[in-house]
Amino acid sequence: MKNKAMFHIVKREALPWYQAWLIRGAAILLALVACSLVTVIVTGLNPLSLYKTMLYGTFGTNRKTWVLFQKLAILLGISLAVTPAFKMRFWNIGAEGQVMAGGLACAAVMITLGETIKSNAVMLLLMLVVSVAAGALWGFLPAFFKAHWNTNETLFTLMMNYIAIQLAAYFIIIWEVPKGSGKIGMINQSTRMGWLPYLGGKQYAIIILIVAILTILLHIYLKYSKHGYEIAVVGESERTARYAGIKVEWVIIRTMVLSGALCGFMGMLLVGGTDHTLSTDIVGGRGFTAVMVSWLAKFNPIVMVLTSFLLVFMQLGAKEVATNFYLNESFSEILTGIILFFIIGCEFFITYKIQFAKSGKEA
Amino acid sequence: MEGITKRFGSVVANNAIHLELHEGEILSLLGENGSGKTTLMNMLSGIYYPDEGQIYIHDKPVTISSPKDAFDNGIGMIHQHFKLVDVFTATENIILGLNEDGKMNLKEAGKRIKEISQKYGFEIDPDQKIYNMSVSQKQTVEIVKVLYRGADILILDEPTAVLTPQETDRLFAVMRNMQKDGKSLIIITHKLHEVLEVSDRVAILRKGEYIGDVLTKNADQQSLTDMMVGRAVSLNIDRPLPVDPKPRLEVKDLTVHDELGVKRLKDISFTAYSGEILGIAGVAGSGQRELLEAISGLYPIAKGSIIYHNPKTNTTGNLAGKDPLEIQKAGISMAFVPEDRLGMGLVGSMGMTGNMMLRSWRNNKGPFLDKKEPERVANEVWKELEVVTPSVDFPVRRMSGGNVQKVLVGREIAQDPAVLMTAYAVRGLDINTSYTIYNLLTAEKMKGVAVIYVGEDLDVLLELCDRLLVLCGGQVSGVVDARTTDKREVGMLMTRVGGNTNEK
Amino acid sequence: MLNFLVTFIPRAIMQGIPLLYGSTGEILTEKSGNLNLGIPGIMYMGAISSVIGAFYYETFRTSMNPILAVLIPLVCCLLGSFLTGLLYCFLTVSLRANQNVTGLAITTFGVGFGNFFGGSLIKLSNAEVPAIVLGGTSGYIKTTLPFANTTGWFGQVFLSYGFLAYLAIIIALVASYVLKRTRVGLHLRAVGESPATADAAGINVVKYKYVATCVGSMIAGLGGLYYVLDYSNGIWSHNAFGDRGWLAIALVIFTIWRPSVSILASILFGGLYILYLYIPTGTEMAIKEIYKMFPYVITLLVLIIVSLRKKREDQPPMSLGLPYFREER
Repeated sequence: MKNKAMFHIVKREALPWYQAWLIRGAAILLALVACSLVTVIVTGLNPLSLYKTMLYGTFGTNRKTWVLFQKLAILLGISLAVTPAFKMRFWNIGAEGQVMAGGLACAAVMITLGETIKSNAVMLLLMLVVSVAAGALWGFLPAFFKAHWNTNETLFTLMMNYIAIQLAAYFIIIWEVPKGSGKIGMINQSTRMGWLPYLGGKQYAIIILIVAILTILLHIYLKYSKHGYEIAVVGESERTARYAGIKVEWVIIRTMVLSGALCGFMGMLLVGGTDHTLSTDIVGGRGFTAVMVSWLAKFNPIVMVLTSFLLVFMQLGAKEVATNFYLNESFSEILTGIILFFIIGCEFFITYKIQFAKSGKEA
Repeated sequence: MEGITKRFGSVVANNAIHLELHEGEILSLLGENGSGKTTLMNMLSGIYYPDEGQIYIHDKPVTISSPKDAFDNGIGMIHQHFKLVDVFTATENIILGLNEDGKMNLKEAGKRIKEISQKYGFEIDPDQKIYNMSVSQKQTVEIVKVLYRGADILILDEPTAVLTPQETDRLFAVMRNMQKDGKSLIIITHKLHEVLEVSDRVAILRKGEYIGDVLTKNADQQSLTDMMVGRAVSLNIDRPLPVDPKPRLEVKDLTVHDELGVKRLKDISFTAYSGEILGIAGVAGSGQRELLEAISGLYPIAKGSIIYHNPKTNTTGNLAGKDPLEIQKAGISMAFVPEDRLGMGLVGSMGMTGNMMLRSWRNNKGPFLDKKEPERVANEVWKELEVVTPSVDFPVRRMSGGNVQKVLVGREIAQDPAVLMTAYAVRGLDINTSYTIYNLLTAEKMKGVAVIYVGEDLDVLLELCDRLLVLCGGQVSGVVDARTTDKREVGMLMTRVGGNTNEK
Repeated sequence: MLNFLVTFIPRAIMQGIPLLYGSTGEILTEKSGNLNLGIPGIMYMGAISSVIGAFYYETFRTSMNPILAVLIPLVCCLLGSFLTGLLYCFLTVSLRANQNVTGLAITTFGVGFGNFFGGSLIKLSNAEVPAIVLGGTSGYIKTTLPFANTTGWFGQVFLSYGFLAYLAIIIALVASYVLKRTRVGLHLRAVGESPATADAAGINVVKYKYVATCVGSMIAGLGGLYYVLDYSNGIWSHNAFGDRGWLAIALVIFTIWRPSVSILASILFGGLYILYLYIPTGTEMAIKEIYKMFPYVITLLVLIIVSLRKKREDQPPMSLGLPYFREER
């Protein structure tokens, strides 16, 4: 006979929000401890100077801080983009491809029309339209098939990622400068055509500003708009949505087009605002990281600022540690992984509690 | 079972229950919904583990902490919701979970299944896939599955809820065959006539407490009801005569097909009048759901018309081919209480306010939501229907079944509809809440609303409604006056057209 | 033409073997209802674990025992991928975390772990090129069947592989047999289709999910090992394994969850992956990137066609991606 279970898992009554955040905070703290343990083992550095190095890597110089906020803005922006779809329980893990599609379209405009168009404003407008359209197309396809034939969207969007990446790889070779280098190099370096303007002389200021506005807009969209309500109802139950007269297919497609379009827009910010070039790893897995950022924040745009900050801080900090101690840059991915495991795991303790069996009675 | 207690959070589902089952008897476990019948049985079958108490089989204490333990002790339960794997065949489902030695031999198993079927009188095709089966066939698979495991104690959780009267009779015959074979059976039900028909003894639970047991031959409907609810409940439902009935909804030759092209409704014609309750009777799956959904614009219509007489504008219009949004925009005020409350009528994770919004969120202009009006309606429903909830923002998913239904019905009535359709409005509710719902419907009727009530309990249909439309196999088999007809007549109509319709 | 085939097919097969390992592992995992998007990471874990094992054995032993040389990386690989699979299970099954998020985190971690320790080993080995070369170990692992070189084209096409290639096919066949014909397979499929049903039938859902996912991870991990120590002749370089893990997941869909189909399909995918090397592109170098896109496009088409046809048996396991909790009602 089986031995009796030692404990039972019971769903909690709703936890007060501060307790839930206390648990999450504790998890992050534990994760940081675990990270420093790993680092100490690998580098022999003491934990305090580790975090000092990490702080230096993120806030140490003016330049580093700007980079931090730029990276934060891009990650946050992509996370915001995937969120409407997730609220609808549409598992879009294709942000990588959608951003890439936007970036590719943006680069295409910059390269092919860089000579013809003389006004940067017209150029930027064109880039915006084209990259948003490309991202939207990448979002539309899986949504269309999901809405009409219930095609599995996780697998669909996953495939779309690599189609976009290979497409980009194809065009990179076509556009490569110089031939045979496999790289495009700075696009329009001399004319700066299609480069986003500097605000107050700061390159990244405009991106940070745009994403900040986007955060607020998306928060309002999801919480107070009729579209947001439709998304929430569809996410809960398609049948309820139909019953309420919501056109489910339309909402799925509309929301995914929005998600894709925002991703495409982020692709434009990447190409036009930070990199001024296109490479196959321009998104660098941030499409996947965004899934985690959004989920960890419970799809709340404001909380996403915190979760994306945490991840970007860890990445840049770990990179600094890696450079200082001649480690490989992938070190940051290990630390990111550890942090994620802890936060993912801690959600369990917010939703459930463990009751240990009272012994004695059962004999 | 001795002193069995099970708590869910602060709710005591079963409190110190003693229950005895003798060899070769059929025991009915009777109780209102929420009285803890299913919970108690789930502890016998290993789904839950009791917090306190001890189970004995043949005077030997046993521990049942998993369904496997239950099987090992010869206990098998047939759940209300079938636990079958759709893409598997009957045989695969039946041998699922068994750990016999040697290779898996589906042919051998199929043979044994046929033997069991012959012994007790089942009809079953071992190689048929579950997704191709009717409800009663699926139930048969469930029962054979339990017998295949050599169970001596069978627990059936509301087995007749989904069956036609003929299928029910066949089930009861099989149950008696099993009894003769020395097996003990527990049947959970709240249909009193079935209790009286099939069982030897009745055990009654009320609010998680064990009330007592009686031999069936010493019991009648009245005495059982008394024990079940704790006080005599008048079975009489207040039914005033309709006032000034006028045609409100005329359905003509309505035909619908499902996704696979099978006809679900065929040439349905009837008229619903204002100020009356039109009952729709029929065994489960006769087309009730399709009919209500077709009228609401949720089910595609192949043929026919649905003419609506608008009392406000004195105009008529055809609803056929319109979707819910178009119907709403056309100014047609129809309310629909679907049978699947949380899956279709409500949004489980939202509170009452969010759910009130489900009907009204389009009413204001602009891209943003108006939360004030729904909040007012939510507060009204909360007070007037005595919904038990800590606040109007408390997720409805975490309310009890009765309160969920109050929220749903309350919202639909709050729309001030001209037509109110309800599907199984009292399913799963206790008697008091059921009466609240009956009274609400009658009040709507007196306001001049055309009420369409789809129900399963014939007694209620006969006492609540003014007229009864009987469906059978997707067709109208009769329309009768509920005041003059009787159960026998309706029962016959329910099974008349085509007789047993096991459509695939 | 024949010449082309004789050189092309073995290359395609060798490209296909890691995918076959990955997809067989992922099919087992998905049949239990776990959509493990951590497979790319797990394959990296398997690869780097075997490399670490082999590296230390090669570095610190002057003479190499052939059996140990094969066994050490093998055991290390299985251990590394097992532990990663276990972590995934712990988070998704025991702690009921979202499978997509957990899987992606595992992939981030696994790829990082692989590249990090790979990079560290490269430093340790003081090599001039940024790569680790484990020629010795690879030599043993690549040992081919006898007659491979003496039987002409037959030997080249069928006998010229290391034992791991044959093992991959055997594992796929065994997995296929287990899933279709045995009780364990029946139970596993039930767990993936409807865990509540399986639970009620007395099947230990948690155990099946754990075992299927961990075994699946170990099989997938072998794909990583094969890639480094056989296909790449024991050379580890940064990010060389690339996106093959995702290709393995694509293969799962492409084969409609059938390991036996996967044997040929993986060779097809492998062939498509390297087709550009064999097609004269002239000056048009870019076109090869389009060829590399084919596996994904084809998989997408299969996914669409399967959902259009709506055949019940061809759909993904019903509970794929969903957590299971018994007392939740």
